[in-house]
Amino acid sequence: MKKFSNSATAILVSLLLPIAVLYITVKVAAFKGEPEKVEVKLKSEHISSVDHSQFEILQQDFATPHDVTAACLSCHTGRDEEVMATAHWKWEREVEIPGKGKVSIGKKNLLNNFCTGANGNNGSCMRCHIGLGWKDKTFDFSDNLNIDCLVCHDQTDTYFKQKGQAGLPATEETANAAYQVPDYPYVAQNVGLPKKNNCGICHFYGGGGNNVKHGDLEEALLSCSKHVDVHMTNEGPDMACIDCHTTERHNIKGKLYSVSSMNENRIDCDQCHTATPHNDAVLDQHFEKLACQTCHIPEYAKANATKMYWDWSSAGMLDDAGHGYSEDDADGNHNYLSIKGNFVWDDNVKPEYYWFNGTADHFLTTDTISEIPVKINELFGEYRDSTAKIWPVKVHRGKQIYDVDHNTLINLKLWAAEKGEGAYWKDFDWDTASRLGMEYNDRPYSGNYDFVASEAYWPINHMVSPKEETLTCTECHSREGRLDNLKDFYLPGRDYSKPVDYAGVGLIILTLVGIFAHFLGRVVAFFKNK
Amino acid sequence: MEKVKIYSRFERFWHWTQMVLILLLGITGFEIHGSFEVFGFETSVRLHSASGWAFLVLTIFAAFWMIVTGQSRQFMPVRNNVKSQIMYYMSGIFKNEPHPVPKTAESKLNPLQRIVYFGLIILVFPVQLITGFLYLFFHYPEKPFALESLETVAVLHTLGAFLLVVFVIVHLYLITTGHTISSNLKAMITGYEDLEHSENK
Repeated sequence: MKKFSNSATAILVSLLLPIAVLYITVKVAAFKGEPEKVEVKLKSEHISSVDHSQFEILQQDFATPHDVTAACLSCHTGRDEEVMATAHWKWEREVEIPGKGKVSIGKKNLLNNFCTGANGNNGSCMRCHIGLGWKDKTFDFSDNLNIDCLVCHDQTDTYFKQKGQAGLPATEETANAAYQVPDYPYVAQNVGLPKKNNCGICHFYGGGGNNVKHGDLEEALLSCSKHVDVHMTNEGPDMACIDCHTTERHNIKGKLYSVSSMNENRIDCDQCHTATPHNDAVLDQHFEKLACQTCHIPEYAKANATKMYWDWSSAGMLDDAGHGYSEDDADGNHNYLSIKGNFVWDDNVKPEYYWFNGTADHFLTTDTISEIPVKINELFGEYRDSTAKIWPVKVHRGKQIYDVDHNTLINLKLWAAEKGEGAYWKDFDWDTASRLGMEYNDRPYSGNYDFVASEAYWPINHMVSPKEETLTCTECHSREGRLDNLKDFYLPGRDYSKPVDYAGVGLIILTLVGIFAHFLGRVVAFFKNK
Repeated sequence: MEKVKIYSRFERFWHWTQMVLILLLGITGFEIHGSFEVFGFETSVRLHSASGWAFLVLTIFAAFWMIVTGQSRQFMPVRNNVKSQIMYYMSGIFKNEPHPVPKTAESKLNPLQRIVYFGLIILVFPVQLITGFLYLFFHYPEKPFALESLETVAVLHTLGAFLLVVFVIVHLYLITTGHTISSNLKAMITGYEDLEHSENK
């Protein structure tokens, strides 16, 4: 009886209880909270309080878009001041950049590594200004009738700014097959909150084509699958831009760091989600050092390719007839254009990752080149910066023209309506295009130019994936993971101490060898002593 | 020879639970370290944290048990016979010589075991527990106070883990060097071992 009880005790304490502890441990480890669900009211559910088609003032034969603006402002008083205070109107804003102090920067005066800069190429670039006809320096920023209300508020999809007209729609004189004079009364009577394509007409096509610049903002978002974007998909909530880019009195939330510098007026995912949306400690803790985007946007350019590389230095080759030409890559994207040089496009791109605290530097027109590649808009942040998080970034690399003697980046004059005006895209003359571009921007030009490598940084925010497609742990927590270039901190799974690992493994091997030798000795001794 | 009870119920429970937890911690820990793939990284992280907590609770019970029963004296290193124990493993064992320090219920561990276990209890386990929980709760700087980075903590934790692996390997082998090949193992399961009378010596 005692023997039985001893055996039972042995099974209990040496087997069953340890297994019970293991079972509880595994159960605790498997516990996972349910992700929180989000309830939001979308802007598309907004019911307009008035019917604009009933207003008499909108039933006139408008001769110009300016007349429409005047009609809008006759009811919507004060809105002009709101609009004229925004960066959408001014194309610049006061910022403070560490080391550079207070400067006023924006699309108006910044350099980039796409078409180098808008200023001086107004006919083409200022088509995306929310004004009417910013064709040169004479444009009156204080005239509220120069505001283009319709381009953002049109619900008919029939109002377009014409190519090459600095933001004006077609007139009787300029109308052609692609651009007709808008039906102003029809458009004016059908206005409302901006839809995706009101924003997209500029923000999708920046840089001269769909998805050229952002990589995560393109026309596919108008109607896409969940895989492309869980928020904007028509298989799901079909959210519009303004559902996240919430707007108070024409001040639209959101920052684009190719033209911004300050950590203010930004959009956070926790506008709708919480800061602990996973209800799971391990995952939620990552929010301390990771932007949501890092795990939730594993790839960008999911539907159409984006421009990753642009080498201006090869531009200007002409065919036998002296004309510019183009070549396409296997996917049908240009990989050479005489007017622009060589490109590399890519789709389903894995982002690069940078520490980013919401502030960015900018290479100003007054800056001189001190490092190569030139950083067009370096993102600030590091591991020890408690406000910085790891962010997915599209890096647009390229080679662009610079002034060798002044060591500055050049503003090119690229666009002109006609040949002979010195625009590179018409006349293919670097020197003239540089001189005219620099002149327009009141900058010195030595006449001595060459090409220099540069990088521009575009934090990725759109094309959020369904949760099943988010990054898995080992995408980063592994020896050659996605965060390989961020060396300023210890990342479990990626990092280790070489001396400790080598010594540890060495010690294990030595131990095994020693044990094997000892065991052999015992076997030999066993037979010897027999 | 006499059947003597040398491991109490709690001691055996402690030992085998500790074995399970160290095995689990070792496998999941080295998976997190990037040495191999077993459960998947996320599962390993969750298992490692949970078994770390279990190990802490077990350690608190063990410490309590040691203090209350006075069994902590079993783990105090002694000066006598350290050399003869080393000589035993290096030569005596091959000549069928008896163990230099007989095992008794009052003194279960030989002088080398005392040193090694004392080292584990005083140094390796505390270092693993402290670095482990620092790892779990203080993995970011300035939260709530500045740890230079995770690196020091992580490297110490890895070092401790390697030492434990080596210990486990040696331990497994030395189990076979008892009175008979399986007598040590049997004792840890049943609590009883056939021991020579101390007066026989």
